Amino acid sequence: MAFDYDKYLRPNKLPHIWCPGCGHGIVMKGLIRAIDTLGLEKNNTAIVSGIGCASRLPGYLDFCTLHTAHGRAAAFATGIKMAKPEMNVILVGGDGDGTAIGGNHFIHACRRNINMTYIIMNNNIYGMTGGQFSPCTPTGAKASTTTYGNPDPAFDIAKLAIGAGATFVARGTAYHANQIDKLIVEAVQHKGFSVVEILDDCPTTYGRRNKFKSVIEMMNRLKEVTVPIKAAEKMSPEQLQGKILTGVLFKEERPEYTAEYAKVIERSKGAK
Amino acid sequence: MEKKLPTIEIIEKYCKGCHICVEFCPTKVLEMQGFVAAVKNLEACIKCMQCELRCPDFAIKVTP
Repeated sequence: MAFDYDKYLRPNKLPHIWCPGCGHGIVMKGLIRAIDTLGLEKNNTAIVSGIGCASRLPGYLDFCTLHTAHGRAAAFATGIKMAKPEMNVILVGGDGDGTAIGGNHFIHACRRNINMTYIIMNNNIYGMTGGQFSPCTPTGAKASTTTYGNPDPAFDIAKLAIGAGATFVARGTAYHANQIDKLIVEAVQHKGFSVVEILDDCPTTYGRRNKFKSVIEMMNRLKEVTVPIKAAEKMSPEQLQGKILTGVLFKEERPEYTAEYAKVIERSKGAK
Repeated sequence: MEKKLPTIEIIEKYCKGCHICVEFCPTKVLEMQGFVAAVKNLEACIKCMQCELRCPDFAIKVTP
């Protein structure tokens, strides 16, 4: 049988707003398959997003969903998790929403190690507002606000998350569609703050300004620039020049925030 | 024994014509017919499900 995505989608919401060839739809399918594998209950799962193309995702899903202010997904999600620690909380958003406007919330959610999963769809640009450069736009790339090439170096979201204290960090791509759900499953099962960065394509505002002739060329680029972390172990530093690692990049165990906070509440009851 | 053919359903009102399914099908089962994707050669289908997996628009359903 074909996989039944309709079971998890709100009726009459499709076709979605994303442009032809946009990878966000592929990521949404991966998320649905992951939720199906995990068997998460609709009433016990919150999907939270900020603003942007990627942040439109919760609108299509039939779960408890929250579409919040720009960059504030992590702040609202922290609130949900503190009030209802038993709830599964999944955050979705784009690179601009997560690392620029919401950069502060993002790093502090990582630092706290609160038990949530953040899926960041990195398409290297602000797609919805007209293709302005984001913190993840590569150096030299063209955007509507950097018509002569972007002088800024780009953020490495995975390294940023590891540095800020996230305890599970993985990276996938929209090209490697069957890997997305496996990474999300592992991330949700991990106890602590988990970040899954999915490299994505934006043919409309990034591709057409950066000499990508088609969606297929953008998809093939995702295949060419990435190397699975296991294969990278056998490769020389020269071979890895300019490559992006995919797979589970970092995993560690550390006390989780809601459990630690429950202990604070217990301690405060004994205080006079 | 006769080979059991899969069914490939394409929901035309969801298809945005991005060409992903046509290009990434390893046996070239699909083609573009005007704006939307269509099945050209069902016999060649090896049921790898790559078109369904990669379609960003929920427009393809393959039943092996």
